Amino acid sequence: MEVSNPTHSKTTGLPRKRFYRARAHSNPLSDSHFPVPISPSQFDSTLHYPQFFKSDSSKKIEFADIGCGFGGLLISLSTLFPDTLMIGMELRDKVTEYVKERILALRASNPGQYENVSVVRTNSMKYIPNYFEKGQLTKMFFLFPDPHFKEKNHRRRVISPHLLDEYAFVLRAGGIIYTITDVEELGVWMKSCLEGHPLFEALPEDELEADPVVKLLNTATEEGQKVARNEGQTFRAVYRRIATSLPH
Amino acid sequence: MEDNHMEESEQKLETEVAPALIAVHPSQISVSVSVGSELRVFSLQDGSRVKLIDETGGHKDSIRAIRYSRSGQFFVSGGDDKLVKVWDTKSWRCIYSVVSEKRVTSLAISGDGMFVCFADKFGVVYVVDIGDHNYENPAPVNKKAVPILSHYCSIITRLEYSPDGKYIITADRDFKIRVTVFPKEPLNGAHEIQSFCLGHTEFVSCLAFISCQDYAQGLLVSGSGDSTVRLWDYASGCLLDTCDVGAEAGVLHSIQRQEEVLPAITDLCATADGSLVAVAVQSLPGIMLLRCSFSARTLSVVKVVSVKGETFIPTSIGAAPSSPLLWMVMGASSLQSNDSALLARVRAVSGFTTNTSESTEPEVSVLEDTEIPGGEPLLQALQGKLSIGEEAFSTAAEAVKTAMRNLLIKKQYSAERREFRKRGRNDKKNQTPAQS
Ligand SMILES: C[S@@+](CC[C@H](N)C(=O)[O-])C[C@H]1O[C@@H](n2cnc3c(N)ncnc32)[C@H](O)[C@@H]1O
Repeated sequence: MEVSNPTHSKTTGLPRKRFYRARAHSNPLSDSHFPVPISPSQFDSTLHYPQFFKSDSSKKIEFADIGCGFGGLLISLSTLFPDTLMIGMELRDKVTEYVKERILALRASNPGQYENVSVVRTNSMKYIPNYFEKGQLTKMFFLFPDPHFKEKNHRRRVISPHLLDEYAFVLRAGGIIYTITDVEELGVWMKSCLEGHPLFEALPEDELEADPVVKLLNTATEEGQKVARNEGQTFRAVYRRIATSLPH
Repeated sequence: MEDNHMEESEQKLETEVAPALIAVHPSQISVSVSVGSELRVFSLQDGSRVKLIDETGGHKDSIRAIRYSRSGQFFVSGGDDKLVKVWDTKSWRCIYSVVSEKRVTSLAISGDGMFVCFADKFGVVYVVDIGDHNYENPAPVNKKAVPILSHYCSIITRLEYSPDGKYIITADRDFKIRVTVFPKEPLNGAHEIQSFCLGHTEFVSCLAFISCQDYAQGLLVSGSGDSTVRLWDYASGCLLDTCDVGAEAGVLHSIQRQEEVLPAITDLCATADGSLVAVAVQSLPGIMLLRCSFSARTLSVVKVVSVKGETFIPTSIGAAPSSPLLWMVMGASSLQSNDSALLARVRAVSGFTTNTSESTEPEVSVLEDTEIPGGEPLLQALQGKLSIGEEAFSTAAEAVKTAMRNLLIKKQYSAERREFRKRGRNDKKNQTPAQS
């Protein structure tokens, strides 16, 4: 007899979101008690991408979806870039569990696919350097991040002038940072942070047009779909990490 | 609301005790001690206590960081009163006073004496340009500080310029050491991170450089609440060696341990050539000496230098590169004598100098009070009192322990509080149906 998992849908085998619902917002400033690798070399990728590491053990993660929520973007990127390792970083425990289950279910029902995606529960605002080495990433995503409206909470925003320094550190020259939001004020803020940073430049319009990933920003994530259903406006900022030219 | 409340009570906990600090002029012209809000400077040149001139009225709360500039021309102090003061060490006048939004946790002066950097208790590092000082006009100038980098909401415990001046290095309470390019125009921010030195598993409490003639950049040593001292090639972030100082101190000195935790490293000081590193360890009455081999890139324990006859656990240590003396202070802001003077104890170790031969033990010894340069006047000035009773010592030892522990306690405390808050939240939720 087959034992069905009550938290998973019987028809699709995928985990059901309602069993993994959590508080809408977490405070990223409070210390948490999830394990954090001491340094990137201590992060065991083989656990996250077991199939991949059977053949090639030198591969490194190149895409990071920060605050990945329920993981929709990762799932879309996985098949678009089947040879690239990518990871979601999510602060909420339950949501991370959901994404984990979702990936495992997809791997099980589509053998050979979705082996390049994984997720970790972590506070990206504190621990990015624990996961990625200098210049390791080629793409970073910040889709529909929490707005933190109040002025005194702006320091909790996941895009800020100081945090961009860390993102610039883990992105290699030419790497791209993608941001999108339906909150105009936050959109203006993220754009101005990126615009004011000496290590980032805006992607020109023609490159935006040509980039298949740009099209996913609005459509791939759960939050994006919600905004689209309500026909909400979105505000996008896509920037490239430029080579260091600061005088030393 | 809730978060603010939590942050405030954590702040209070931290302000309880501030350890006494010591700094030595690079040519050993003067020695400075801070204890509580008091700054005490003794001129070895004049053989007398220095009178500080500060029209803005001195520090009003515990001082958390003091240091001399590399040339000795300037001295900076800062702390819980959210003030950073820059002093001219010729006149000992306060020439700049900078107001910080938050409490100040650490400070550094750039090698060229042009900039002062300080960190506040939210992990933001600010820079102040001090290159425009006008000696004709001695009135203190109020300066505005500009934020240049930040550790995300972790307290920055130490701030250092690399010996070649290229980098600014920040250590935090979360085990991180960050190496950032210090730009030519620092007022526009320091955005280019060179590396992170990751390996410590607890807060990083102190940093020092190992310099070498043919490697201007030098190496970095760090001490931590994880009881280790580590050696780094900081430009690459590469960990070269780890020395389990706490464990070794336990073996060599049988520190009584009531708790299951290894003692935290409190402070570090290297000789000018970097061959010896003195280490202050929480609850070790004396210091630990390490040998650093630049060529082999190793750190090893040489010996424990014990202080006999009194319970002397240094809270801060320092040395002038030109002198073979290591200065140590023990004290805390909570330590008052009956006449309410804040007490600190100052001691010195001789023979703290080049030691490259593996076979010869460095000949170091703890100086008696009568042998200390500056003698009684120095002790009177820096300690607040010539002789300090045995009773005060045991209080001091306790106070110091608390001070050193604060870094650890914060974490446990907030974890407990979070649990508490969580429970509160769930309770409310559970009650709702019953009420409606
Ligand atoms: C509004 S959701 C958007 C999720 C997803 N990107 C989407 O578009 O559907 C923002 C997510 O960021 C997560 N988050 C917030 N702060 C975070 C942090 N410091 N580290 C990691 N994740 C964080 C939240 O838990 C939440 O799931």
